[in-house]
Amino acid sequence: MKVVILGCGRVGSTLARSLDAEGHHVTVIDRNQQQFQRLGTDFHGATVRGTGIDEDVLRRAGIEEADVFVAVTNGDNTSIMASQIVQEIFEVPHVVTRIYDPVREQLYRSLGLDTVCPTTLIAGLVHEKLRDNATVPSSGGAG
Amino acid sequence: MFILVIGGGKIGYYLTKTLVSEGYEVLLIERDQHKVVTFTDRFGAVVMQGDGAEAATLQRAGASRANVVIATTGEDEDNLVICQLAKRMFQVGHVMARVNNPKNEEIFKRLGIDTTVSVTNIILSYMEQSLPDRPLTHLLTLSHADLAIVEASITGQSPHIGRPLSDVKLPPDVAVSAIIRGEDLLIPGPETRLQPGDEVIAVTHRASEELLREALSR
Repeated sequence: MKVVILGCGRVGSTLARSLDAEGHHVTVIDRNQQQFQRLGTDFHGATVRGTGIDEDVLRRAGIEEADVFVAVTNGDNTSIMASQIVQEIFEVPHVVTRIYDPVREQLYRSLGLDTVCPTTLIAGLVHEKLRDNATVPSSGGAG
Repeated sequence: MFILVIGGGKIGYYLTKTLVSEGYEVLLIERDQHKVVTFTDRFGAVVMQGDGAEAATLQRAGASRANVVIATTGEDEDNLVICQLAKRMFQVGHVMARVNNPKNEEIFKRLGIDTTVSVTNIILSYMEQSLPDRPLTHLLTLSHADLAIVEASITGQSPHIGRPLSDVKLPPDVAVSAIIRGEDLLIPGPETRLQPGDEVIAVTHRASEELLREALSR
């Protein structure tokens, strides 16, 4: 499948590399050229420098033929706006948006975006770990 | 009427200043604490520190009883989200956004923003109206119907001169509504022939505006 990823940070580049390794057609967009170094030398996909809230940049990244769009920029509002452009205007079948703020995540999920909120995910995971640890008897004293 | 202004840049600043002096109930939300202190000294207690794209900030600002929310920050993505939060979470009746990149005006409309203001587009449209050589002038947008009223000047070089209107190939969604010839107003019919200096007033679908421009400037 054809995948366009917006944001080449840790998450964007890791996802790009694994999808690329699986043989998918991957294009990564980032405002900062240096971020593309995270993709490594064995990345076969394409890179486009620019902002993801610009229709022309999205077109250059091949959004019109894309099956999947993933927005993982470090700004919630940028990811939200880009995802809405891609969903409403380019009608890409599957759009996934990372939103850090749980409140915004709830709202845009209810408005029809497929969202992932790392804040609630990680808080939940850590909470679980703490709960698991609480059941293990502590070794000697109140350490 | 209670108006929430988000973003204390030049536009937000002067907007708040003017609205306060006109007697409106206004609250300006600004991220930068230093600006908040300065503005409070000048306007009184109508400035609040916070990020307008955070629901908690809007809640604190009393967004649910705001009649109008105006997002004036320098970032289009922030203005979009502020307006969508205000509309969807706080049921604000009218949301307005400043649009920095003129291309985003159309997108904002599609995403449910009631009013968009693009300074670039405003300057461009004034230029079109004041520069005589432009073949097509955008007079008015009827946003709810996605229609525009435009004016075209027929120059001496126009290939349409002397031909009946029925011969002029126009896009399908265009209604030629009036022709201003000198001081006269003509209601055109298929037999009306264009003359140099005619001002043609037409109603067009916004999507056909470019095609109409091409058709009349050929």
